[in-house]
Amino acid sequence: MRSASGQDRRADPGHDGSDPLLSVRGLRKHYPVTTGLLGREVERVRAVDGVDFDVGRGETLGLVGESGCGKSTVASTALRLEEPTDGTIRFDGEPVTELGDRALQRFRRRAQLVFQDPNATFNPRMTVAEAVGEPLSIHGMADRDRRRAIVRDLLERVGLDGIDLDRHPQAFSGGQKQRLALARSLVLDPDLLVADEPVSGLDVSVQASVLSLMADLQETFDLSILFISHDMSVVREFCDRIAVMYLGEIVERGPVESVFEDPAHPYTKALLEAIPAPDATGPPAEPLAGEVPDATDPPDGCRFHTRCPVLIQPEGLDLDAATWHRVFEFRQAVERGDIELAEFVDGDAGGEAAGADLDAALRTEFDLPATLGDEQAEAALGEAVDHLIAGDDEAATVRLRDVFVSPCERGDSDGRISERPRRDGEGTYRCERPH
Amino acid sequence: MTESPVLSVEDLTVAFDTPRGTLTAIEELSFEVRTGETVCLVGESGSGKTVAGETITRLIPTPPGRVLNGSVRFDGYDLTAASERELRSIRGNRIAHVFQNPQGALDPAYSVGHQVAETIQLHEDDPRAEDRAIELLDAVGLPNPGRAAGQYPHQLSGGVKQRVVIAAALAADPDVLIADEPTTALDVVTQAQILRLLAELQAERDLGVLFVTHDLGVVAEVADRVVVVYAGRVMERGPVDAVLSDPAHPYTRALLASLPGRGEGMEPLDGSFPDPQDRPAGCLFHPRCPHAVEACRESVPDEMAIGPERTAACIYYGPDFETSELDDEPGFDSSGSEDEPGFQASALDDQSDFESSDPEEDSR
Repeated sequence: MRSASGQDRRADPGHDGSDPLLSVRGLRKHYPVTTGLLGREVERVRAVDGVDFDVGRGETLGLVGESGCGKSTVASTALRLEEPTDGTIRFDGEPVTELGDRALQRFRRRAQLVFQDPNATFNPRMTVAEAVGEPLSIHGMADRDRRRAIVRDLLERVGLDGIDLDRHPQAFSGGQKQRLALARSLVLDPDLLVADEPVSGLDVSVQASVLSLMADLQETFDLSILFISHDMSVVREFCDRIAVMYLGEIVERGPVESVFEDPAHPYTKALLEAIPAPDATGPPAEPLAGEVPDATDPPDGCRFHTRCPVLIQPEGLDLDAATWHRVFEFRQAVERGDIELAEFVDGDAGGEAAGADLDAALRTEFDLPATLGDEQAEAALGEAVDHLIAGDDEAATVRLRDVFVSPCERGDSDGRISERPRRDGEGTYRCERPH
Repeated sequence: MTESPVLSVEDLTVAFDTPRGTLTAIEELSFEVRTGETVCLVGESGSGKTVAGETITRLIPTPPGRVLNGSVRFDGYDLTAASERELRSIRGNRIAHVFQNPQGALDPAYSVGHQVAETIQLHEDDPRAEDRAIELLDAVGLPNPGRAAGQYPHQLSGGVKQRVVIAAALAADPDVLIADEPTTALDVVTQAQILRLLAELQAERDLGVLFVTHDLGVVAEVADRVVVVYAGRVMERGPVDAVLSDPAHPYTRALLASLPGRGEGMEPLDGSFPDPQDRPAGCLFHPRCPHAVEACRESVPDEMAIGPERTAACIYYGPDFETSELDDEPGFDSSGSEDEPGFQASALDDQSDFESSDPEEDSR
């Protein structure tokens, strides 16, 4: 809740700085994992781990990333549906994290959430008039006829003119339900919409019409929108700026077209390359491998380093890129305890002969050359393999870490990679490599 | 490639009996899949593409489903007429399925290795089933197959689960794989990984793949040939490059134009899907088609040959029309909707341009 005041003044490097509607600094949301009767905390899921951004007035900021990157947690903490662990949130200048009950209610009138699944938005017992008008009654408008009039007007604006207000929302198609959800979110005349995957459940052809409606509504109602999505193509259509999240951090941000045309972060590049495009001629030859690591124990330094296709070699080491990657993969496998020597033992060969065979088998498995070109590297690798064969995984790890630690794992003084400007000066990215 | 098809669907019509009446899901649908190729069945939800995939091995429940017409030919059998015993020897064995939701395909109570081994055992009694399960998990790219085999579905991510489902589908070394939106529930990077994997496995095993999807981007990445389906009927078919670079049917064009992220803006497809109970006369797409003319309402257009292995079911490709008219800017008669794009795009507009203008003229 509290935060260094210096943090508050730091501007979102992607925003022009002019009095944003929503301003988030140093946002953290950790979920403790507890055990036992006393609820002792054994670890914490760092769902959001130090996120800064602004949403300008009338602007749309797209927050993208894979599932588990923390983007939905940003949405719920920014609206204080969940209490953040740390950080400040300012809305129209007011500190949201410090608002009392009444002020919080006022804030919730001005900032509305739209969910991915419109079915979850509506109580199945309510009619359209009740469901869309519900926020009005919650906020104290008792006059039923006035509520109906407002609802009817809004339904017209979302392209649902003439529908029967006494039908139930579930009788409508997915696209229509999302229009109803939009009408509901607008009924209190908000300034900010936080839209969490609002079109992900819809067919492509319906997506287009809902997005075009949202764009119209944004103009009509002068809305600021925080648009959360895993779909880069939709973000490109709809947003002014983009912020790419990975494991609780924003790894790149900038104007949408700049980031799409010239991505600086290897993760952004990988996301863009993975988009299936109608002019493609086959799946990407080498999609990004592996999965997003566990957020209870994010990798040191750059959080993407465990999957990065352009991981930087340690100074002084000069392997070809492919070999370096395989050695690094080998080190990671050793550290995870993933290497089961039993898999490589072919029955009868025992004793010393087996040692040489195991060395060869391991190198084959990880596609490593019989000897590395670099003498110092080969010494470390050879000895580590010997340690493994002797059953001492820890010593193997230590020996590998002597030589094969990437600068990307170290980060800056705080153990992270700081944001630096993209080469066009528009936006920033977090990566040791020059853009 | 002039191989004879490994799977061939001819004139298939499937309907469902419901309390509201009989609903037609697919109508006179024909396509074939050859060894080693991927055929994509593309359409929006409600297009009948899933019913088509599931009717092949008669996975659709009957009743309420009914095959009203047509045949499914596989290795000398007509699967629409095959006995349940014959079907059992084929389904999951020689024709395997992979579905959108891997969660539903796996049993939470058993380790994934056990489940893959069980699939192997179902088809042949193999004492090495457990080892072969691990080999299969290795083949689908699990980093530590020995350990993964001992894990339970809840311990695995969606992407890993889908790999396990693919391993189980391959357990009996099938000839044909029917993959129904296998990557739709996955993140984009995982989707790319699974598509890559399927392409590799297909090449290794010379599989015929029927890939069912709504996503034209995915189609471009996996398909050799495409069959575009709307409301259960084929609108267009052909080699993937030809169809996507030079779409013929107005529906295919509209689908492509509605795709986001090409940096060219996207055109919403106005109107909504036909009510399966009250299907439009003539071309099923005519109520939403910007080029529709009176004749489109009168009869169902035949599929007409428009190029090598290409057809389009649109009267503009017939003798009485010029296809160049399809390139004209449409919508000049569309009731001033340009001022308010999106606002008229709701499903309420499923009366088409001319349908909605008719009553006005009548009332004068």
